[in-house]
Amino acid sequence: MTNPISDIEKADVILITGSNTTENHPVLSSYVKRAVSFKGAKLIVVDPRKIPITRFATLWLRQNVGTDVAWINGMMHVIVKEKLYDEEYVNTRTVGLDELKKTVQKYTPEYVEGISGIPKKQLIEAARIFAHAPAASILYAMGITQHISGTDNVKSLANLAMLCGNVGIEGGGVNPLRGQNNVQGACDMGGLPNVFTGYQRVDDLVIRERMEKAWGVERLPAKPGLTATLMMEKANAGDLKALYIIGENPMLSDPNLNHAQKSLENLDFLVVQDIFMTETARLADVVLPTASFAEKNGTFVNTERKVQRVRKAIDPPGSAREDWEIIVNLAGRMGYPMSYSDAEAIMAEIAAVTPSYCGINYGRLEYEGIHWPCPSTDHPGTPCLHVDQFSCGLGVFHAIDYIPPAEMTNNEYPLYLTTGRILYHYHTGTMTMKTHGLNELAPNSFVEISREDAETYKISNGSRLKIASRRGEIEAEARISEQAVAGTVFIPFHYAEGAANVLTNAALDPVANIPEYKVCAVKVSKAA
Amino acid sequence: MAEDRLIINDNEYTFEPGETILQVAEKNGIRIPTLCYLKGASPTGACRICLVEVKGARALVTACSTPAASNMVIKTDSPRVIEARRFNLELLLSSGNHNCLVQGLDMDSWTDFQLKAMDAKEHKTLCPAYGDCRLQDLAVRYRVKMNRFPPAENQHPIETVNPFIVRDLSRCILCGRCVQACNEVQVNNAISFGYRGSEAKIVTKGDRALKDSDCVFCGECVQACPVGALITKDEMHSPGLDVDIKKVHTTCSYCGVGCQLYLHVKENKVVKVTGVENTGPNHGSLCVKGRFGYDFVNSPERLQKPLIKENGAFREASWDEALSLVTERLSRIKKESGPDSIFVLCSARITNEENYLAQKFTRAVIGTNNVDHCARL
Repeated sequence: MTNPISDIEKADVILITGSNTTENHPVLSSYVKRAVSFKGAKLIVVDPRKIPITRFATLWLRQNVGTDVAWINGMMHVIVKEKLYDEEYVNTRTVGLDELKKTVQKYTPEYVEGISGIPKKQLIEAARIFAHAPAASILYAMGITQHISGTDNVKSLANLAMLCGNVGIEGGGVNPLRGQNNVQGACDMGGLPNVFTGYQRVDDLVIRERMEKAWGVERLPAKPGLTATLMMEKANAGDLKALYIIGENPMLSDPNLNHAQKSLENLDFLVVQDIFMTETARLADVVLPTASFAEKNGTFVNTERKVQRVRKAIDPPGSAREDWEIIVNLAGRMGYPMSYSDAEAIMAEIAAVTPSYCGINYGRLEYEGIHWPCPSTDHPGTPCLHVDQFSCGLGVFHAIDYIPPAEMTNNEYPLYLTTGRILYHYHTGTMTMKTHGLNELAPNSFVEISREDAETYKISNGSRLKIASRRGEIEAEARISEQAVAGTVFIPFHYAEGAANVLTNAALDPVANIPEYKVCAVKVSKAA
Repeated sequence: MAEDRLIINDNEYTFEPGETILQVAEKNGIRIPTLCYLKGASPTGACRICLVEVKGARALVTACSTPAASNMVIKTDSPRVIEARRFNLELLLSSGNHNCLVQGLDMDSWTDFQLKAMDAKEHKTLCPAYGDCRLQDLAVRYRVKMNRFPPAENQHPIETVNPFIVRDLSRCILCGRCVQACNEVQVNNAISFGYRGSEAKIVTKGDRALKDSDCVFCGECVQACPVGALITKDEMHSPGLDVDIKKVHTTCSYCGVGCQLYLHVKENKVVKVTGVENTGPNHGSLCVKGRFGYDFVNSPERLQKPLIKENGAFREASWDEALSLVTERLSRIKKESGPDSIFVLCSARITNEENYLAQKFTRAVIGTNNVDHCARL
């Protein structure tokens, strides 16, 4: 997030898109609900499903799945045409508006209605509400990013925010809601194929030399590595021999699971380090038992870039070890001795090699976390980014055209499938499905389907359905719901029985390599 | 005296327009007892425990809902105030099954009341909130004996038909904190005051059970309840105050909001989770997963020993054997097929420190940049 979570209550207008906020970020959603209920904020929701937060919305715009660039360009078309944009901000803080204007010219409300299905009147109204707000906050999640146009979608939202002067101000910002406790931290720490900690590029000689010195190694590899999604392809082709997986379950979270399983089985050696025997661990040659969050010291970084402490409350079961200890053990055995007395000592090394973490140490995190960048120990941290200028100087508008999703419906596969999470479970269910009460509230997979589609396919509520895509088929229970819109069904991806990702399409965004989980074509029929 | 000044207990203080007497007092370290007051929600003045005396005012006023005004002269602990608080506490205690402090009743009615209060099968232990009850604290502090009013008849059966929350309205004092927590903090709008007069109670829409209502089991109401009326199921059979339980402040391990929570720990087990109230981002709020989804930590299915697969089946191994095998295989593959034939999937679930070491291991030890995690998935 460019802005802290507390800023949501300071916004005049909140635009939520591609985020089922109340179910996936419940506590953060209460900020939105309070802003609307008690602070007079207006809420615009753009989502293919009539998700619960729409109850609080001034406007719910229903776009066809995978048409986000079109409606965002459409809003900008209206804002440019009616000269509602923040001229001073755009002139002094950004570049590239002329290109953007040219591109959005053809995205008239009529044209956008044709692509997205959003009635032109609603689009114009949304654009006006958004542009008139002194401070408008954009909240988005995987509904924006998990598309072949994911990067384009995010850039388009950034365009919209900059056009209205909403970046770098209190109550504004472009705010991705991150789905996992430490996905931000994993990125910050260089758990990515192209960067070291703090997004320092591996292909930069100066940075590499600095890291070589800090780590006491002669030569670090310069070529960026594979992304997780391309890694599966390489494993499938036999180019990748060994995979060491720490605390992840791609056998339920990857798209096109049948393909993922073949890829993992094709490896010479698979090590899985986890707290449970997951679907992925079952395929491993060696499984290493680790400590859960309650059994270790360390830090997580939340969605607002706040580094917060994790504290050990109990001992791990049996002989399970903390992940960092296992890595230290392995490194030593492979000829690179690592020596840390505890997690705090590792953080001291992180701070030493990471400019944005320089000022962070456990002493300062004792009661309250710190937002990075925090360049020195007397720096208070940075809750809001890009305040006086953008990190890169001027904010750059990216002129972007709409491209359709990788897979469209046809006669054989006439329905769109979109996937996501539900309130009572988390990701692949490894943790939540151990709590009896959560299983009681959400026991099994289901297909959320509109009343119209249910009538078309003569489906009754609660009946068993077979859902098939070009990649596989699953069975799940029909749930006729007011949340669904005709033509699109939804399946949560938590469940191993009726796993949505057997169906999903592994088509990737060319820049971020994110799979298009949110759009694929399916057919439904009654299960035999 | 200047415009924005007032006097509390003979000392002069400044205040900001819009502040209540309670806020001015708290800011200056003066403690006024509260019961129904919920920080972050609009004050209701329902319980009348925060009564104070304002010079010139005919009646005592509630500090939580009375705005500070210039030249006010306030007494927070005058004999009149103390007597009024004690009287209100007696009324609250007599409103239901508050059978932990009934030493004032005469012998006959004492036994009858205790028997009646312990009648429900859920009341076999005295009260799960014993020792962690705001009403009990205040009753002790104000030496309330509860003999002026006969205990009320219990009209409400205990509701346990959901996975997480026990609603025992026989212990509800109608302070309204749960209603505010639900409507003003979480804004789930699942409960409100219902019925009138002596029939009054907290209800869901249509007075249905929580599981059939709009409730999403965030448990904000349980954390807000100052008595034993709303408790978690796991607490139901606990003996109340347990000095062996320690609380550890940590960060939730589910979504990316990073709620601050306390793990309540006893005998190496997590037995309860509550939100940390005076820090962001959550200020005490949690969701159903964060508050109730902790069973995985103590699950018997947790992996406890390294496992090695032989002939298609896993067998247990020592750390030494497992690590040796991993070292040997990774070293051989690195030598035969090069570092880029190895990939490390680090994790959005583990700590920064662990991710840091995972990528350092990949780059410095294996010698490849093949490291990524599920940010894309």
